[in-house]
Amino acid sequence: MADIKPNVQVDYKDHATVVTFVDRKILEEQDIRGLQDSLNSVLDQMDDICLVLDFCNVEFLSSAVLGLLLRLSKRIHERNGKLTLCSISPKIYEVFKITQLTKVFEISDNVENALADLA
Amino acid sequence: MTPETPASCSIVLESRPSALEGICQQILTELKAFSFSEDDVFGVHLALEEAFLNAVKHGNKMDPTKTIKIEYTIDRGKVEIAITDEGDGFDPSNIPDPRVGDNLFRPEGRGLLLIGAYMDVMEYNDSGNCVFMAKYKRKPTNN
Repeated sequence: MADIKPNVQVDYKDHATVVTFVDRKILEEQDIRGLQDSLNSVLDQMDDICLVLDFCNVEFLSSAVLGLLLRLSKRIHERNGKLTLCSISPKIYEVFKITQLTKVFEISDNVENALADLA
Repeated sequence: MTPETPASCSIVLESRPSALEGICQQILTELKAFSFSEDDVFGVHLALEEAFLNAVKHGNKMDPTKTIKIEYTIDRGKVEIAITDEGDGFDPSNIPDPRVGDNLFRPEGRGLLLIGAYMDVMEYNDSGNCVFMAKYKRKPTNN
């Protein structure tokens, strides 16, 4: 049976839910599917979606993670929800810039700013 | 101390995403030994992951009976990596730009863009089943 790691930490704030990626590297299809399942479970529990994704631990990711984020974003916007990414390291931010996904996602420097932006 | 002799290796791997891990770590360790910068190591790592996943998914179409060959050479000035799958190949010029129009919102199709952005050379063979990638420690000037 596949080894399922607890790869996100979920914190419920006043008006938003903060999901922190625990892993330093997000690469394997299995990990990405696990993340998608975890994030979908979080969304399923929310009436008004206001989600912060915290990348503070993430040092490396593949383009498959960008795909996961786009699928998640589509689902959130279909439900008129809000999504902000935060604490993205300079190297990872460069990946967003190259792919021009900085035009698609709201990105904040840190969790506090992300929560303020969503308030 | 930076090694004098180039490091090179040729290996045939199973066609599954996790098969890359060992050789990838070996390449990253060699790059550090040859004093490539952290940014260079990050870029080569990303290109390697994307190219290998392309070979597994799009080249060998997730067929576990097929294999993928990786060949690399690292010296003081550059790293060269060739990845060959057993698929029918493709024409990279037919891959749409993921930054244009609605493609920006598609969840797939960013691997080649990232490889091209992080490596100085990205070339496919005529049949399109082998990608050759190179990164120079210092980019060559066009004199």
